[in-house]
Amino acid sequence: MSDLVKVTIDGITVEVAPGTSILNAARQIGGDIVPPAMCYYSKLEGSGGKCRTCIVKVSKGSEKDPRPMPKLVASCRTAVMDGMEVQNITSPEVLEARSGVVEILLINHPLDCPVCDQAGECDLQNLSYEHGLQKTRYEFERRTFERIDIGDKIQLHMNRCILCYRCVFVADQITNKRVHGILNRGDHSEISTYIQTAVENDFSGNVIDVCPVGALTDKTFRFKNRVWFTKPVDAHRNCNHEKCNGKVTLWYKGEDVLRVTARKDQFGEVEEFICNECRFDKKATADWVIEHPTHISDTSVISSNHYDTFKPLPVIKENLALQEANKVELEKTAKF
Amino acid sequence: MESLSNKKKVLEQKPLNFAERMYLPAIVKGLGTTMSHFFKKSSTIRYPEQVREFSINWRGMHSLKRDEEGKERCTACGLCALSCPAEAITMIAAERKPEEKDLYREEKYAAVYEINMLRCIFCGLCEEACPKEAIYLDGPIVPSDYLRKDFIYGKDKLVEAPLEVK
Repeated sequence: MSDLVKVTIDGITVEVAPGTSILNAARQIGGDIVPPAMCYYSKLEGSGGKCRTCIVKVSKGSEKDPRPMPKLVASCRTAVMDGMEVQNITSPEVLEARSGVVEILLINHPLDCPVCDQAGECDLQNLSYEHGLQKTRYEFERRTFERIDIGDKIQLHMNRCILCYRCVFVADQITNKRVHGILNRGDHSEISTYIQTAVENDFSGNVIDVCPVGALTDKTFRFKNRVWFTKPVDAHRNCNHEKCNGKVTLWYKGEDVLRVTARKDQFGEVEEFICNECRFDKKATADWVIEHPTHISDTSVISSNHYDTFKPLPVIKENLALQEANKVELEKTAKF
Repeated sequence: MESLSNKKKVLEQKPLNFAERMYLPAIVKGLGTTMSHFFKKSSTIRYPEQVREFSINWRGMHSLKRDEEGKERCTACGLCALSCPAEAITMIAAERKPEEKDLYREEKYAAVYEINMLRCIFCGLCEEACPKEAIYLDGPIVPSDYLRKDFIYGKDKLVEAPLEVK
């Protein structure tokens, strides 16, 4: 038996370890063929299988049993087989089904993106932009909830929740005591703390980062600024917490750190969970060692409108040779 | 050298005759043209007092709109500022308090909203970007002023007056 199995996704063949899910195999290839995922989170055990946005078509089951799978399958929960052939963006059936899933995810979503702090880095916003309709066909009343303060640092907007369960898994696996969860069943399900308990734990702030929509947001950043006007910078500090290594992204507006988040990878998942002290209490540049600007994809709205104005360094003002060297730039600044 | 295009026209200049050398007929003729304008309709208007009718796609000064209940529509989403090619718009958002429910439409509102009218190029992209139909460039020409700082229009100048109930 060979250790690796061969799987072909949208015509690209990759060899992966047996037991890998189709989604993770696609992520090893990367690029456009990676199915979007709203509930699956590779760092959280047991996540996935709820939102159905990652559905793909298996046109050939395996080398031994080449029959296609009868229905579209959730790629985060389906393991690859040797010789499996998968269609994602090459199959119109998948794209149509996915837009249907998006429509259903948006049924109870308030679409209050102009107000929501998550706008600009929201997975659901991206997904509906790519797959969704311009309008809704839903005619009934959307379910509404009052917003809840979970402690003084985290805001819960149940209206926006898509019930991905990621925050529940975070509370279960990253923190040592879970005080919130899903109440009720079916279309009555809601995230809640039951009796309004504050979620207080050293790692509770990570529910903000894993939330794919704006249901759990940072209260200290609430309405401070839009994401795309802030500049992300990677930084680190020596955190005393034994489980936190202090590697974060700082979101700057001018001189001020408006918000601290964990670093996210290309699939929107955090690289390492950070503790609440780093996230909420250390908001001065002096607390951090700044590494470099965070890489933001060109297609993200966060990278737009970041024109730089040239601010001459003090050393230039005194040195004539440097003034001569920067003549063109200095003339530009003199006009304004 | 010979011209290539052959479009050049050589004017023939004859010496002036007696009437032309007197200049008087030409002066009278010129004055006649001037006088005739006294009796024609003036093609200019006295601007600040009189205003010409604007075309329907005219883009003038911005106004921040209110909804039918008189609440401010703007939620400070920042899309106008993002779309603005001249970077003329800035704003600071704030959260609505429960007692301010009649003032603002959504739970977030613009506490400060400023447009630099000297930077603005009146392209109308903010109007197009606005998801809440809150900003329109439906005002008059922006009035002139003496100081640069007076061209930064805040909410006092931009928000439209509340509807008066009769």
